[in-house]
Order: sequence, then structure tokens, then C-alpha cells
Amino acid sequence: MDLLSNLALGFSVASSLANLAFCLIGVLLGTLIGVLPGIGATATIAMLLPITFQLEPVSSLIMLAGIYYGAQYGGSTTAILINMPGESSSAVTAIDGYQMAKRGRAGTALATAALGSFFAGSVATFLVAIFAPPLTTIALKFGAAEYFSLMVMGLVMSVALAHGSVLKALAMVVLGLLLGMVGTDVYTGAPRFTMGMNQFADGLNFVAVAVGVFGIAEILRNLEDEHDRQVMTKNITRLFPNREEFRQMVGPVLRGTGIGSVLGILPGGGAILASFASYTVEKKLSKNPGEFGKGALAGVAGPESANNAGAQTSFIPLLTLGIPANPVMALMIGAMIIQGIVPGPNVVTEQPALFWGIIASMWIGNLMLVVLNLPLIGLWVKLLTVPYYVLFPIIMAMCSIGVYSVNSNPYDLFAVAFFGLLGYVLSKLRCEPAPLLLGFVLGPLLEENLRRAMILSKGDPTTFLTRPISATLLLLSLAILVLVFLPQIRKRREEVFTESDA
Amino acid sequence: MSTKPKDQTDIAAGLFFMTLGGFFGWQALQMEIGTSLRMGPGYFPMVLSGLLFILGAVILFKAFGRADDEPFGRIAWRGILFILPAPIFFGLTVRGLGFVPALFITTLIASQASVRMRPLPALILAIIVTIMSTLIFSYGLGLPFRRFGPWLPV
Repeated sequence: MDLLSNLALGFSVASSLANLAFCLIGVLLGTLIGVLPGIGATATIAMLLPITFQLEPVSSLIMLAGIYYGAQYGGSTTAILINMPGESSSAVTAIDGYQMAKRGRAGTALATAALGSFFAGSVATFLVAIFAPPLTTIALKFGAAEYFSLMVMGLVMSVALAHGSVLKALAMVVLGLLLGMVGTDVYTGAPRFTMGMNQFADGLNFVAVAVGVFGIAEILRNLEDEHDRQVMTKNITRLFPNREEFRQMVGPVLRGTGIGSVLGILPGGGAILASFASYTVEKKLSKNPGEFGKGALAGVAGPESANNAGAQTSFIPLLTLGIPANPVMALMIGAMIIQGIVPGPNVVTEQPALFWGIIASMWIGNLMLVVLNLPLIGLWVKLLTVPYYVLFPIIMAMCSIGVYSVNSNPYDLFAVAFFGLLGYVLSKLRCEPAPLLLGFVLGPLLEENLRRAMILSKGDPTTFLTRPISATLLLLSLAILVLVFLPQIRKRREEVFTESDA
Repeated sequence: MSTKPKDQTDIAAGLFFMTLGGFFGWQALQMEIGTSLRMGPGYFPMVLSGLLFILGAVILFKAFGRADDEPFGRIAWRGILFILPAPIFFGLTVRGLGFVPALFITTLIASQASVRMRPLPALILAIIVTIMSTLIFSYGLGLPFRRFGPWLPV
């Protein structure tokens, strides 16, 4: 009955009037920005992150979580209506969703995505509530060596799941780790890579890096080629699926939820993998696979559920180990640290109200999405018709205010411009930004645990291999690396990403 | 133009990573490396810089003998010219000019990044954004910004 009393605590926190309001604002803002073409969940959160800093820790994390769900939902709306997915996880939805929209079934596709996401979100929230606490007890047994190995595995996974060249993704991780070193060395107090500027003694501002690499770089990409978008708005007459369509939805949604829940826990961006895996499964199981790519309902229902379930369960490694599973969770960690919370297994015992409040708010956020967004779809669609040249100056103003509000440090704004340029150059060189951000967040943690483990083992590097959990994690990472470099898997992986790009 | 195929993007990427690796490594040289038991501040950065340099070299090496599968595409020069200075301008002036004028000019600068933006709509947009942001962030959320700074003769 522990679970029930904990959930009761969580709901009492999350359903306070203020927190409900913040969750609502978060969901609305998240959808608002997320629906903008070419801006995915990560960029949305990076932009909106600063406005949550003035709030109390619980409220701010609840609002951020709301922004996350909203942004994901907004992303799938854009994917379905204008075939412009903001993030690779909704790229899969775009394949069949856009085709459905073209055939006048846009409303059905949107409703299917919303309902599937809600179901998956509910189930996955429950899973988080069940599995997170026992996992924290395991996590408490983790020493420095285990943490180091676990983070290595997370980084390797992010490499394996990134688009395009594995080598480039590896280089991006290393570059991210190096950027994470900027600032003062914790052990000796020596300044590192600060170029003699005291303003960078506390390290590069995380928000500035995220906004630059994800937000600004994205705007620059969109400005390369300003063309008109075609919005599929004409045919949103019937929203709710009829009985036949409901029947078609059930299987894919259930399977998608299962796949997403499992893959979401994996460090390194499981949600992206989840939506693709679900699409493949549905295509294999379908009686008429030829329908896929031409507007199959299952091709929307499955991946969307998987995507959302994965988004939810990716909170498990964050809440139990303090290790982000994907760039969005990296942003969450950044937010927690700014709020003075040290993410990790101690959060459950030290701040039960925060922990369970976030879990309860996940479900509330998902509920709000369905209740609000189905009626509001007309509004979001209108937003898609607002020309881009009106939107991005607003986004730039928000980014500037947001980044400055974190520390009132003008140097953070210079860092935004610098990382915007760096992000743009890297995207031109076809390098994915996600591994860089993950490396940036994990860099300091990785180094600290490495150094601590070495001191504990009196300088013996075999400590990582003689401790069983650590050895297993390192072996797994090695196996993943070997796998992605195997010619056969590599070819398959390329196919996977080309298909999701199409 | 040589006839041998090569992936221009990857050549650039490889060189870019090698440069960065070299730069970080050079900077790390000035720090104490330490031993693997008591790692100095430069130990881990040095290892990473080396790794980045090697990865860059491998990317460069593999770029030869393979055609560029995706063209480099257009570069958003106008975007770079106007988008990037916007936050810098805000950073330089938010204390001196104050929140309201700094934000107004920042938005105006950013709006010039698009060829489609006409002067009058840009002006109107900047005014609306400034008013809304001042209401939301300064009055609503109570962020501690000076609305008008000491540089102004007010």
C-alpha cells in the first residue's frame, strides 16, 4: 500500500491549484512552441526553460514536464499537418500521418495521436511509479566506478541512436565532454579553458549552450530556404475516430505502449528508437503492409504511443540515477541543478513530495493534453499558418530574455550567439547535436566519478573491470559500439534512419 | 576539380574536429596533468582532446574515395548576420539601456534576418513583443530587470 500512499502524496502536491495552473501553462506553452515547424521538443524546452526558474522547485519541474508533453504533442501535430517533424521521434509519425491528412483524414490522425499518447502516457506513468523506487535502492549501492561505467554506456547509446555517421556522433560526444570541462576544476580550483575570463569560472551556462545549439541553430537552418508551407487544414471536420477506427487502433496502441515503455528506460534516447521499432512491428504484423506509407492508421497510433510511453519512462533513469536518457532529460537535470536539487537516488527519500509530485503531474499533464488540445486543434492549426518571419524574432526575444534571466550574466548571451554559430556549423557538417548536449551535461559528472574511482582504487584502473556491475555495463557499451560498426548492422541502421527521414 | 570522389562535408568535419582537438589539447598542456592515481585538472581534458583529434583524423581519412551523398546546401548568411548579433546586443545593452529599449532593438535586429520582413511590420512586431514581454516578465514574473537604464537621459 506504500505505492498508494505515495501516489496520494504525489497527487496532493500536483493537484494544488498553483501546480495545476503551472502544469496547464506548461502544456499550453509547450504545444504553442512545439507546434511551430522545425522546432522539436528539445528546442522548445531549451527556450522555455528560463521562465520556470523563478518558481519553486516542484512547480518548476511540473511545468517543465508539462512543456515536454505539450511540445511532443505539438510536434506530432506539425508532423501530421505539414510533414515537418521537429524531432526524429515524430519523423515516424509524419510518414503515415501526413498521408492521412492528404486523404482528408487529418482530424482522425490527430485524434488517434492524442488518444494513443494519452493511453501510453497513463500506463507509463504507472510504470514509473512502480519501478522507480526499487531502482533507487539499487542505485544507492552504486559506487563511483559503477556511475562512471553507466554514464559511458549512456553516451555510447546516444551515439548508436544518433542520425548519420557513428564517428561524427562519437566526436560530438567528446566535444560535448570537453565543453563540460570549461570552468573551475572541482579538486584543485584551477581554471580550465576559461580563456582568462572570470565570467566562465562557473562553467558554460547550460541554458546558453542548449538554446544556442538547439534553438538558434534551428532558426538559422530554417532561414536557409524560406518557402511557403502547405498546411493541411481544409479537412479537419471529423475529429473522433469511429468504431471501426477505434478497433484498428487498439492493437497498435497496446503494442506501442509496451515497446515504448521498455525502450524508453534505455539511456541514450530510447524514445526515438521506440517510435521506429513500433512502426516496424506494426508493418510486419499488418495484414496489408502495402498500406503503410500511404496513410495507415496503425502507422500513426503505434509510433505515437511508443513515443509517448518512452518519453515517460525515460524519467526513470533521471529520477533514480540522476542520469539523463536523452537531451530533454539533460535539460531536466540542468533545471534541477539550477533549483538546487542534486538529481539521483537520494531525491526519493529526501524530497518525496517533489518525486511523487512530478510522477503525479505526468498523468495530469497527459490528461490536460487530451482534454484541452482536441478542442483547441483549430487554434494550433491557425498557428501553423503564421509566417515564419513573424515567429522567429519573437523566439529570439524570448531566448534573450530567458538566458539572461538565469544569472543576469551578459556573457551568457555572448555564449548563446557563439553556440548558435557552432551548432549551425556542426549541423551543416551533418553532425547531430543531441550527443553533444548529453556529453556536455555528463562531462563533469563523468570526470568526477572517474577521478574518485581512481582514488578509491589507489590508482588501479582495473577497478572498472573487477566490480561486476561496472564490468557488465562497460561490456555492454563495448558490445553496442562493436554492433554499430558491424557492416551488416550499419547498413540496417542507415536504412532505419533513411526511412524515418523520408 | 579533381576527378577522385571525396566527401567534402566530411573533410570539413574531420578538419574541424581535429582543429578543436588540437586547440583544447594545447590549452590543456598548460594545466597540471597529474598521475592516474591523483589526476590533475589537465588529465581528463588531455585524454579527451587526444580522442577528439584522432576521431577527426579518422573522419577526414574516410572522406576520401567516397562521394558526397548530400550537397552542402545553402548557407543562411543573412540569418547569421542578423540572428547572432541579436542576443549579443541584448547582453551589451540590457544593463545600460534597460530592459525595454534593449529588447525592442534586439527584436528589430532579429527581424531583419528574413528577406520577407518589411520595415513597418518589423517595427510593429518589435513594439508588440516589447510591450508583451515587459508585461509578462517584468511586471508579471517580477524579474529584477531595470526597465530603463542609466544610459538614458530619463
